[in-house]
Parts: sequence; structure tokens; C-alpha cells
Amino acid sequence: MADNNRPYNLVGKNFTPPDIRAKVTGRATYSEDYRADGMAYIKMLLSPMPHALVTNIDASAALAMEGVYGVMTADDVPSFPNPGEQILSNEPNFVGEPILAVAAVDETTASNALELITVEYEELPFVLDPMESLFPGGPDAYNGGNLVSALRAEEQDEVENIGVISHKWTARDFAAVADGQLPMGEPTMDWQFGDIDSAFEDAALVLDETFVTGCNSHHSMEPRSAFSYWENGKCFVHGSTQSQMFIVPALAGLVGVPPDQLVYISEFCGGGFGSKGGAYAVMAVPAHFSRLIGRPCMLRVTRAEEYYLGSARAGFQGRAKLGFNAEGKMTAADVYIVQQSGSKNPFSDYGSAGGMVALVYTPTNMRFRAIPIGTNTTPCGPQRGPGQNQMSAAMEPLMDKAAIALGIDPLEIRRINAPDHDALTGGERRQKVSSSYMLDALDMGAERFDWASKIARNGERNGSKVIGIGIGQGYHGAGISGFDGLLRIMPDGKVHIHSGVGNLGTYSYASTARVAAEVLGASWENCVVEHGDTRKHLPWTIGQFGSLTTFTMSRANYAAAMDAKQKLQEIAAMDLGGAPEDYDLANETVFRISDPELNISFAQAAQRAIELGGKFSGAQAPDDIFFLTQASVGGIAGTGLVGVARDNIPLNEHVAAMTASFAMVEVDVETGNYEILEYVSTADCGTIVHPLGLEGQVRGGAVMGIGMARSERQIYDPQNGLPGSVNLYQAKPPSYLDVPSIMDVAAVDKPDPNIPMGMKGVGEPPVGAAVGSIISAISNALGGHYFNRNPVTPDMIVNAVSGNEQSNSPLQIFTQ
Amino acid sequence: MSTKDMMPHFDLFQPSDVENAIELLDRYGAEGWAIAGGQDSLAWFKDRVKRPVAVIDLKGIPGMTGITETAEGLEIGALTSLTEIANNTVIQNSYSLLATAAGRVASPQIRNIGTLGGNICQDTRCWYYRSGMDCYRAGGNTCYADTPEGQNREHCLFDADRCVAVSPSDTAPALVALDATMVVQNSDGIREIAAEDFFIGPDVDIERMTVLEPGDVLTSIKIPARWAGATFYFEKVADRATWDFPLVNIAAAIQLSGNTVEDIRIVCGAVSCVPRRLTVVEDIVRGSTRDAETIDLAAGASSRGAVTLNYNHFKIPLMENLVRRAIRDA
Repeated sequence: MADNNRPYNLVGKNFTPPDIRAKVTGRATYSEDYRADGMAYIKMLLSPMPHALVTNIDASAALAMEGVYGVMTADDVPSFPNPGEQILSNEPNFVGEPILAVAAVDETTASNALELITVEYEELPFVLDPMESLFPGGPDAYNGGNLVSALRAEEQDEVENIGVISHKWTARDFAAVADGQLPMGEPTMDWQFGDIDSAFEDAALVLDETFVTGCNSHHSMEPRSAFSYWENGKCFVHGSTQSQMFIVPALAGLVGVPPDQLVYISEFCGGGFGSKGGAYAVMAVPAHFSRLIGRPCMLRVTRAEEYYLGSARAGFQGRAKLGFNAEGKMTAADVYIVQQSGSKNPFSDYGSAGGMVALVYTPTNMRFRAIPIGTNTTPCGPQRGPGQNQMSAAMEPLMDKAAIALGIDPLEIRRINAPDHDALTGGERRQKVSSSYMLDALDMGAERFDWASKIARNGERNGSKVIGIGIGQGYHGAGISGFDGLLRIMPDGKVHIHSGVGNLGTYSYASTARVAAEVLGASWENCVVEHGDTRKHLPWTIGQFGSLTTFTMSRANYAAAMDAKQKLQEIAAMDLGGAPEDYDLANETVFRISDPELNISFAQAAQRAIELGGKFSGAQAPDDIFFLTQASVGGIAGTGLVGVARDNIPLNEHVAAMTASFAMVEVDVETGNYEILEYVSTADCGTIVHPLGLEGQVRGGAVMGIGMARSERQIYDPQNGLPGSVNLYQAKPPSYLDVPSIMDVAAVDKPDPNIPMGMKGVGEPPVGAAVGSIISAISNALGGHYFNRNPVTPDMIVNAVSGNEQSNSPLQIFTQ
Repeated sequence: MSTKDMMPHFDLFQPSDVENAIELLDRYGAEGWAIAGGQDSLAWFKDRVKRPVAVIDLKGIPGMTGITETAEGLEIGALTSLTEIANNTVIQNSYSLLATAAGRVASPQIRNIGTLGGNICQDTRCWYYRSGMDCYRAGGNTCYADTPEGQNREHCLFDADRCVAVSPSDTAPALVALDATMVVQNSDGIREIAAEDFFIGPDVDIERMTVLEPGDVLTSIKIPARWAGATFYFEKVADRATWDFPLVNIAAAIQLSGNTVEDIRIVCGAVSCVPRRLTVVEDIVRGSTRDAETIDLAAGASSRGAVTLNYNHFKIPLMENLVRRAIRDA
């Protein structure tokens, strides 16, 4: 990907992020690498049952063991409102939920001690399938229900009734539909625009499809280990999170201290993909145990535990009724999503699903209904494009089906429906997008893929192998506003850019810091990025999730840099005469525009700022910044020239990122295996900030999307709720042989108008574009629409080709 | 439920000769455990599902690794790594069926550590059994897979007997197709067992996958020259192209004269508890040309007698297709 040709020194150029060397050489220190004198090691006892009450715990034999320092149960830690994630629980509602923990001299001793602990349970009914839970008299996954009622109240604008309720559809709802169709009882989310009924009447083509999207694990390579100790009343936590400052208030709440009594260190994160965006309950286990026994405590989470506790993408049971006019325009969409939400608070995938359909396919009339239902399975949370990317898997093959039925080219039908800059989001309050270059992404991708010659080869047979061509589209929100930026120029002339966003592995903490350097005209070599530790005086910033970092942090860093620039100009005017606006910045100096010889170096200005105090040195901070930023400004006050500001740049539109992908697969109809021969992915991410980082995001996203398409899924045994995908080999993320070795990626590189330099996020849409393109390509190789399900595994292809019925019924969820 | 990944204590023995190893295995009986590459064993230990008192590490025994050409064919030490087998030029030139199969096992990292003996002797991958459930194979009195709701996509088509688990090995079908012999030593001496007879189903012993009993050590595998340089076919179908177990695999050794099949041994994996030799296919094909009619007959006959579970009926067309490919494309 070529550097762009805009007039920036840093933005759009490649660089070596400061943490690369440590990662490549293995010297990066992750939370489980820390050690302290006298430390204890923790092992947890996990629930063997999908839903139960703990009636008795006898830990006496364990406590009598040599080397055991203590046993901690749910009674020793705070509990959170049902069905929130608990640190430890006496009311487990999934297999693998932590019941208690043992701290010992080493992990073997702790594990041996666990085996001496007797826990008695009262078994409760459990449920894996939302359909079963919604059926009259069906079991509920939470204690007291299957639905978090606030979600329903949200629709009715009354929030006093927060809590869990048991929500059932009527037997009539189930009886009213044909076998294999999604019943559609009372939802909790229901919005519409236009008039779908008359639109369906007028449609040239109506599709009505029931589909299932798979629940799959996050597979974070670094399990969510945590290390903790207390010193002078402060709690120190070394954790593995995507975000740094954003999690501090929530983690402080989990630990039970005010935020300013928490020191949080998370310099590196070995992958989170959404599962480590916020604070999570298990990371508080060592902090509580350390307080209990007075020793530093280490909890090394195992791979199996990571599968129990490491979150998962919610599965959908859905139905899409789509109407098209003869020209291929989607005139009506009636979409219903039942979300298999897992055992704790549901994430908002289901809502995002509706937004995706509204924005990516721009139906003229649309109704969207959804309901999230609890299941006694791994808690589900956001996974890279939560909701949007499931819909890419479900919708893209349907776009091809419509194209075939209407005799329209599959690229053309997507072009016809692609969102432009006037496109509106779905939901109650339809909001205009700030920019959408989906059409450009489609056209750019089609050209790189050589669409015309490729689509001509669809169905081409060579022995048992058939070529299939597919297109996928992905979308996600890509930026918000209102967070703080903080930097300081030191008397040695160095620019320290304080980044509180986190380091989930995209290097965007560094590439957005470069926006500040760009504004200041500073060379990157003269900049230091402060990050990874609350003691480094970090500003309050958004967490590193939701494709938000690039837009949100670029704006915040821009705001802080503009504040520093203003102060530099004021100092120069003070000392060299004239007005502040007579001065500009270059080469780490502030110079008089009319006479560049008249200048002050950054080093001198920093010294002057310290002498001047007040706002210049950070002794005085703006009122509108968050209290944690106030504290950080206080921590560095008087050490240099401080630039600090809340991002108050106006933003009244929905920032959206788009991606289009093109795939050519070769399906072996005798084995059900397939190879991805060619893959092209083009992103609309605004101005390119960091070409190498962008390529990594688009390719990495494609790998996750390919996993969704071909192999990743959680399985559970319906008889006992036991999960069967708790090893990497069972959960099946794609291997390097399952993805194409060459993936051609590119970006439209057109600026978004809502941010000074035009950049926006990119992390999530490439996943959806990938899964959509692969599933479409497989279906097209087999002659048309086929599966209504992801992943598509070899057994499904073999069954389809041989004319066998599929083993899984159309609504079955958690399939092996 | 105990947390995973922390092995319980066991006594580790590292004998320097086979006799010493056998003596230790005899001493500990059912509480002893012979370990080779450990790619199966260590997971059992870390999960605390299998809990031997003593682990007898065979890796230090000289003479149990290496590939030797003999007057009768080839002798391969049981501890020879799968990578070495996949890369060995003699095997590649004359017995490529085995090299191909070994190269399709798991991942490069596992093949570097995993041994041929270990790959043959590994336990089944039934996910219920691996989870530590108290099923028949684990000494209990139920099967969780062979039920209306059991998640049994990966389970067997043939010869179920209370247990429906399958053989997960990629090299075992190749060795049966090559008519290999297993050399087993115990305190009574050395015995040789045809590969075809080495594997046992649940009807023989529901808690074992092979004839090996406590005190037995598989020391080497002999491959007769009979099939050297024959026409071979190996294919494995799995969800992933690496680090996965077969949904079905196929291994065939075919002696061709022109397009006529003079002789054939064809073996299918992951459809029953043992590598399933498809004698009916062999009978149909032997003496015939590889014409479409013969291939169709053979493929169709290969699944005769299959009894499907709720989620594995795809294995019938898949198995038939693999038989078709083995004869047609070899």
C-alpha cells in the first residue's frame, strides 16, 4: 500500500512503533511475567454444571495442606447484580464459572488443594437454545429469567424495572411458522422506517430466509492472567486488557477501591478481539486474594479457562425477509434476530445487526425486531464487529440469491444498494453517516480482483473442483468524540505524548500519537509515547475497541496538540513580540512567520512554561477534562509545557467504516474442502494513518472472518451443558494453511470530513467482508444459495453435494 | 471441576534399555504409563483425567529410533519422529503412502516431537471421553455420544459396541494398507503382530485401542517390501488443513498393471474404532481395470453396513468419495 501523497510529514507514513522490538525479541513483559517476593499462585475451582446453586463448601482438608495460604469464596468478594459477571459465584450458570480459588506456594500445590475441596451443588434446569427458553414453560438461563428487562424498558423509555424477567412466547407463535422457519414472538427491540407491507407488495422479488450464525470464541493468545499486590493502601494490578485508562473506574469497582487508589499496568496485550476491551471480573481475583492473605498473588489463566471465561461472539437465530425491485434495489427488509446471549449480561450484537442491514444495504423500508435470550454457555461479549459481522455472514449469500433471481450481476446489486454519504443509520434516531466510500471500495476491489474475468469463471469445473466467486461487505462505527488528549514538551526539547488508550496490538496508540507530533511539526524521533501504566500520568481516553481508536484518539491528540501549539505561540509572542498568530511551528521551534530567524526552541519554551506556571505548565488545567485527566495533569504539572484538552470538535454524524472483499475459492465437491485461491479486500477508513498497521488490520480481520466462515464454533452437549471446544484444536481458529498466503489489501484513502486529518477506524469491517465473501463464494461454487449458516464445514458441503439432508436442523445452534 | 494445565505428581523413570522399561511397566502394571513423544499423554496428565503413579519415558532408549532397510523391507523404530518419517527419502521413494500420511498428522511442531509409535497408539479423540466423562471407555456405564442429542459428527459408522469412538490416527491406515507388522516386546519376549490385528474395537476391550497390555512395549514397525514402489493414495479430510484430526481419511496401496488393478489394500480411518480395511472394495477392484463402473461399484460398496448416528451421515458419501478418489486418482 503506497504512502498517500497528502502534505503530512508523519500521517500516512510507515514507522516502527516503539513496542515492536520487545515483542519480536520476546522481551515484552506481559502480566504473567511479573514476580514478587513471597508471592502466591492462585488456582480456581470451576463449576462442573451449567446451572446450579452451591449449597455447601468444605475446604478444611485443603486449608490443612502444607503450602496452602488460603481459600477464597464468593462470600469474600463483592457480588454484582444478576446476571452480571461475578468474580466468584455461588450461583453458577455456565460450566467453567469460577466458584472459589486457592492460593498456595505454587500452582501444583494449589491444584492439588482444589481436589480436596468438596462443593455440593443443587442442580437447576439449564438451556442452550433460545428457542427452547422462549417456548412456554421452557427453562431460563439466569436466576429468575432469560431476559434482562432493562433492555425491554429501554424501548419503552422507562428504566425503573431493571432486572431479570422470564420472557416466553406463545405456543401459537411457534405453531404459526413452518418447520425450519424462525418463529417471531414478542421482541424487545422493534423499530421501523417506511412502509414495509406495501413495499413487499410491490417487490419484484421477495426472499424469506431463516438462518443461524455460529457462536465462536475469541482465542486470545495471551490468556487473561493477572497479578496483583497492595502497597501503602494502593492496589497494583498487572492485567491483560486492550484498554488502559478506560478500564480504571470499572476495575477499581471490581477491586473495591476509588480509581485513584488503583495502579493499573497493561503495557502489552496478547490479543483481545473485544474480550478485553473493558475490565472483566476474573482480573480482580488476585487483588482480592492478595488483600485476604497479604501476599502478592498471581493468577495464570489456562487455555481451557480462557475458553470458559474468555468470552465469545453471540450466535444468532435469524430471519430476513427481503424485497427487491426489478432493478435490484432492496425496497424492503424485515429482519428478526434472536440472540443466543450466553450466561451473563447480553452484549448489543442484536441491535448492531439491525444497524448493519439498514446502513450497508440501505433498504428503502425496513422493520427490525430482536430479542437477546440468555443461555447457559460461556458469557458472550463483543467480538470484533459484534452483530454487524454475523449479518455479513447471513446477508451476503442472500444478496447473491437475489442477484441471480433478478438476473443482475452480484457486484452490481451491491453497488445499487451501497451506502453513499447521505446514507442513514437504522434505529429510532436515524443519523446521517459522516462519510461512506463503500461504492469506491467495491469499485477499487473489483478492479484489483478483475471482477469481470473472475465472475465469468464462477462454476468452472475441473475434475471434482469447482470455482466459486463471492463478494462480502463489512461495516462498523468508527469513531466517537469527547475524550482527552495530553502531552508535554520537556526542557530537553522532547515531546512526551501521553496515551491512555491501551495497546491491543494494532499500534494505533502510537500512530494516533503521531497526529500530535504532526500538529507540532515535531520529528517522530523526538517524541516519546507514554503508555501502559497509570503512573505515567495518562489522560482519560476511550478504550481500545469498536474501531474507535484512530478517529477518537486522533481528534483528542489533535486537540491537545493544538492547545500546546497555542501556548507555544503565546510564549513566543510574549518573549519575541507580536501576536500569537504571527508564529508557527517547525523543526521543534516556534518561529515568526514573517522572520523564521526569530524563534524559540521547544526546549526553551518548555523552560519558559515552567517559569510561567498556570496553564502553561499544567498547574492550571481546563475544567472540562475528566477527573482522571485532571489528576494526570497534576502529576506532570511544572515539568514542562503541557498541552491538554478535551476533544470538543463538533461531531453530529455517525462515523462509519466500510470494507469490501472479493474471494475466489475452489471447492472440492467430493471432500467438502476448499481452498481460497484469491482474496482482495479494500477498506474505507478515511485517510490512511499507518499503511503497515492498516494492512495488518485488514489481513488479520480477514483471517478472523475466514475462521467464522470455515471452522470456528463453540459446541455444547445438550445433555449436560458441557462445552466441547475448550482447546485450540477443538475451537479451530484457521491455521496458516487455511488462509491464502497472499491477500491483496488496499484502502480508498479519502478523508472523512469530521476530523481534521480525515482518518477513521478500520478494525472490524474487514472481518465481516471476509466471512461474507467466503460463504458467498462457496455457495456460488455449488450453484447458488445453500446454507443459511456459518461456519460452513466440510460435512455440510458433502451433504449438500450428495443430496443428503443436513444433520443440523435449520434453527439448531451450537452445532459440532 | 478442577482447573486444567497443572500435572499432578508422578514418579518419572527414564530407563536406558527396553528390558528395564518392561521391568518398570510390569512393576507398576495398570498404574504405569509408557510415554514417547508425549503429545497425547501430557494432555491427559494436565487435564488430570489419566493419573498414572509412574511414567516410564521411553525416549532415552537407544535403538528405538531410526529407519533401517532390511532384507524383508523396512524397520522403523517406534520412537522415530513423524517429521523424520515424512522426510525420509527411502520412505518417500518406496513407501510414500506412509510419508504422506505422517506429513498430514497434526502440525509441524507436533510432528517434530510426536513419534510413529505414539501416533499409532494414541487414544481416541471422542470429546466426551477427553472431557473426563465417566463413559464406557473411561470405565463407566454409559455413552454420551450415542444418544439422540449427542454431538457425534466425528463418531463411527461401523462396529459400534456401546462406544462409538473412532481411531484418530493418520498413519495407522497407511500401515495397515502397507501390511506392516508391529514388533512388541514384554517380559515373555518379542512377538510380531500384523497391523490389521494390532488395533481392537470396543467389542474386544472397550478401554483400549490396541492389543498392547500393561508391560508391553511397541519397539518397532516393520514394513514388508511386498508393496514397495506400489501406487499409493492417501487423503485426509478435516475441518482445517493443519492441526486437526480426520473426519475421514483413506490409505490405499495398489499394484497396477497398465490400468488393471492386480492387487490392492485399502483402509479407511475415522469411521470405526480401528482403521477399517475395506476388503469388499479390494474384492471388487482386484483383477479389474479402473473403469468408471468398477470405481462406482467399489465406492458404493465401501459403506455397506454403515450405521449412522444423528450427526455423522456425511461420512458415508465422504468415505465413498475417498474410495473413489483412491482408486481413480492413485
